Amino acid sequence: MSEFKQTFNSSLGKKLIMALTGLFLCTFLIVHLGGNLLLFSNDDGFGFNVYANFLTHFPPIEVIAYLLYLSILVHALYALILTIKNRKARPVRYAEVNKSTATWSSKNMGLLGSILFLFLVIHMGDFWFNYKFSDKLGFKEYKTDLATGETKSGIYQASPGFEKSVSVENNVEIVRVKDLHARVASSFSNLIYVIFYVIAMFAVSFHLLHGFQSAFRTLGWVHRKYTPIVSAIGTWLFAVIIPLGFAAMPVVYYIQSLK
Amino acid sequence: MSTGNMNLTLKVWRQKNADTKGAFVTYKAEGISPDMSFLEMLDVVNEGLIHKGDEPIHFDHDCREGICGMCSLYINGHPHGPKNAITTCQLHMRTFHDGEIIVIEPWRAAAFPVIKDLAVDRSAFDRIQQAGGFVSVNTGVTIDANAIPIPKVIADEAFNSATCIGCGACVAACKNASAMLFVSAKVTQLGMLPQGQPERYSRVQAMVAQMDAEGFGNCTNTGACEAECPKEIKMTNISRMNNDFFSAKLFREEGVHEHATGE
Repeated sequence: MSEFKQTFNSSLGKKLIMALTGLFLCTFLIVHLGGNLLLFSNDDGFGFNVYANFLTHFPPIEVIAYLLYLSILVHALYALILTIKNRKARPVRYAEVNKSTATWSSKNMGLLGSILFLFLVIHMGDFWFNYKFSDKLGFKEYKTDLATGETKSGIYQASPGFEKSVSVENNVEIVRVKDLHARVASSFSNLIYVIFYVIAMFAVSFHLLHGFQSAFRTLGWVHRKYTPIVSAIGTWLFAVIIPLGFAAMPVVYYIQSLK
Repeated sequence: MSTGNMNLTLKVWRQKNADTKGAFVTYKAEGISPDMSFLEMLDVVNEGLIHKGDEPIHFDHDCREGICGMCSLYINGHPHGPKNAITTCQLHMRTFHDGEIIVIEPWRAAAFPVIKDLAVDRSAFDRIQQAGGFVSVNTGVTIDANAIPIPKVIADEAFNSATCIGCGACVAACKNASAMLFVSAKVTQLGMLPQGQPERYSRVQAMVAQMDAEGFGNCTNTGACEAECPKEIKMTNISRMNNDFFSAKLFREEGVHEHATGE
């Protein structure tokens, strides 16, 4: 066995892979939230649809996206392998439940991660798969009067194979693009779907409340001066702001759909 | 100022040996003084069992001063009982109340097989220690205290880590039965001081390899180990060991086998 293989097969090596894939997924959340804030702009999905088109058609982002999907799978697979090993390390369980002081989230990473994995399957199946590999989604046309800056939107009947077009006629900019926004709005008008999203965002919160700072511990980056900063970022950014921001989307869209 | 003796119900794990299945047996512990230590209480119960011609409850103990690391016992869901920063031998019966039911289990880990009843075989720790937890060269006679200046923070870290008594409470408390706190304390204690520095990066590889071979679980940084450690060994040691290990594996020349064999 080569030395690198030995390193990554050791208990610490497997944890290193968990930490690195986990942190990579954390950085993605920032970008994902930032982009999705376009859902809150009142433009009938213009910004959001153009952004979705950019994400799926810009090659460097495509590469990172596939690295991301791989990270999710590796993170989940290694979690499974490590959990099985951990179970084997204690074949006879205690009769009395362990009462040692430890945070709830740190003891339930597997449960939280499983909820998240289920969420990702549903989430990606609904939006990513339909966007890329099905023709269920319609198209929209946004006509912007370049003189006044006013934008009007309407349905566009696209021929098969159409992706996106931008043209200017008579000082009017016409952008035709796949309408993911409509799909988001229709999904988020379903109460059960919205509740599931909110639960999943609680899972994100508690998973990262422990996971973010734990990844730094696994990497060995613990320092009297920097560890408080890491745990503040893990707590406030990754366990509060980001899950709140994501949870706000289905909630706001659901409330709007009631009107 | 004794408040009167206590009557307790004990649910004790009895197991003939590693190959047989164990089970809980309920015993009455009557007339127990609150000033007794937990182990003295078990001594009283055992005397009763011996008088009746029964097999006494086997449990590990030695110094009964909280410094040898021999006593164990998982009491009511806590290694070394419900109090912080003490071993079972330092746990007094006044911690419990009259009529309480106390559940006593051995350390549970594949790497710590039960020898008999509550006594487990912790020689896995010895083998980890033998894999690299030492300084290979003779450091000679005691030298003048100021001959090698060591920053106080470093000395404190090393000495705090050196207080680990190797009792295994960290493994017992960990939901993954991981030995990371123990191994990291040993790695830190030696790796931070000048005498242990030359072997710092081969030692950590050798000790982690042995830890994995013994079948301990993987650390998830829950912190239960730190909470239960009778010597209050800090989790920062675990991160330091991770750092040393990855430095050794990814950036250093030292190999894993250069430590114990002295190649």
